[in-house]
Amino acid sequence: MITLTINGLDVQVEEGTTLLEAARHLGFPIPTLCHMDGLTPYGACRLCVVEIGEGPGAKMVSSCTFPVQEGLKVRTASERVLKARRMIIELMLSVCPQSKTIQDLASKFGVRQQRFRQEFKDCILCGLCVRMCEEQMMAKAIGFRGRGESRSIGTPFDIETDVCRRCGGCMFVCPVCELRCTYNEPEKAICGGCANLVPPCVEKDQFDDMMCYMEPCVACEITKD
Amino acid sequence: MNPDIVRDILDKHSQEGNGLISILEDIQARFSYLPEEALKMVAEAKNIPLVDIYGVATFYKAFSLVPRGKHLICACLGTACHVREGPIIVKEFESQLGIKAGETTPDKEFTLETVACLGACALGPIVVVDGHYFSNVGQTEVRGIIEKAAEGFETADLEQDYHIFPVEASCPKCNHSLMDPSRIIDDYPSIRVTASFGRNHGWLTISSMYGSYKVFSEYEIPKETVVHFFCPHCHAELKGATNCVLCGAPMIPMIVSGGGMIQICSRKGCKNHMLDLSGVNL
Repeated sequence: MITLTINGLDVQVEEGTTLLEAARHLGFPIPTLCHMDGLTPYGACRLCVVEIGEGPGAKMVSSCTFPVQEGLKVRTASERVLKARRMIIELMLSVCPQSKTIQDLASKFGVRQQRFRQEFKDCILCGLCVRMCEEQMMAKAIGFRGRGESRSIGTPFDIETDVCRRCGGCMFVCPVCELRCTYNEPEKAICGGCANLVPPCVEKDQFDDMMCYMEPCVACEITKD
Repeated sequence: MNPDIVRDILDKHSQEGNGLISILEDIQARFSYLPEEALKMVAEAKNIPLVDIYGVATFYKAFSLVPRGKHLICACLGTACHVREGPIIVKEFESQLGIKAGETTPDKEFTLETVACLGACALGPIVVVDGHYFSNVGQTEVRGIIEKAAEGFETADLEQDYHIFPVEASCPKCNHSLMDPSRIIDDYPSIRVTASFGRNHGWLTISSMYGSYKVFSEYEIPKETVVHFFCPHCHAELKGATNCVLCGAPMIPMIVSGGGMIQICSRKGCKNHMLDLSGVNL
């Protein structure tokens, strides 16, 4: 057993546990995006960042990939950590402003501005789908391609493969959820991400009395005022 | 794409654990790109998911998934070359070749690529064509570089290159001279043998200049073909015990007058050759 201090509380956990698991065991909430139980930790989104050590030697590490150490002093919500998290969310929001998951995170952590150019990409490269495909579905149909700016996720040669069973696991775990977002057909939508887009009735006046799936409807509230 | 070539490459690397990068490098060297079928064969043989191989192939810039041209022009756009007007050189190449950086001309002759840094910043702007470096390239030199590349750098410059010398070869079996004074290549009598591949059987003459790669033959030999060589006098096959270290084809031994052996690779297009002077009293 290893003893460490999280936010001033001593905790004993088994060797090999990650800081994230230890903090959640104590009930300290740490937001995550690329982490999912049952998949190997990846440390891509950096949202689970925590501060370890003390004084000027304090370091920021991603708690989902950092194993516990004897006598480690961890702070999960220091000013430095919160500032870093807000910046990470703001950056992710600029890549995928249409994602409900990221919007919810932004609202939860008080990100009220976007200083970066919005790119409306359909992927934040969190790697959840790649790990889901490999580890839970045992398929390995999709993976990372390229590097740097041109890094993307997809099948080899961008063609359908026999390896893919079309289980939909990749779409189910996707925090950006572009593939399932069915904008015009809200009843088919699963992620609810379309609720964050501009509703069709705002753009098209003739749909004034259309059946609205949003309760309460943001657009109607605006037009009433 | 010839699947046998990929199979040969896979056999060559079967002893190493994974060796994916070496395999991909060999395939790239042979085809000048990574064909889709070849990657599928590698995936099957090595039991690696295709998506992983594709990830590696797209990660490294040295690998290409589209066929490259015969000549590869690499223009440096590193910081130093950039401030020394590297982008102008690239633009000039683009307009002269009619392609954008990263593309290949429709006749599959030239591929133009940019590179981040070649590590010789003081010589910038640098252009590398088929492994030959050009430094301090000016806009006006671009046309000359393209013409030189199209001509080929391999044509030996006999007057200036002191590493090139003529050899006199004879058959290792019957010791009869293989020199043919009636056919002059590079101003010297050529070496004449009988070459056989497939159903074709005819003469083949090689430049006797050690370092020149000029070859003429009665029948057009397709690239990558392994040719059987025979002595035109005793008709014995010229076949050595060793294989080419580059492509695995048998090496062809010939005796050099004055002692020693010369060995050339029997694969058309492979330029491997060596002069073995062991046991010679100079």
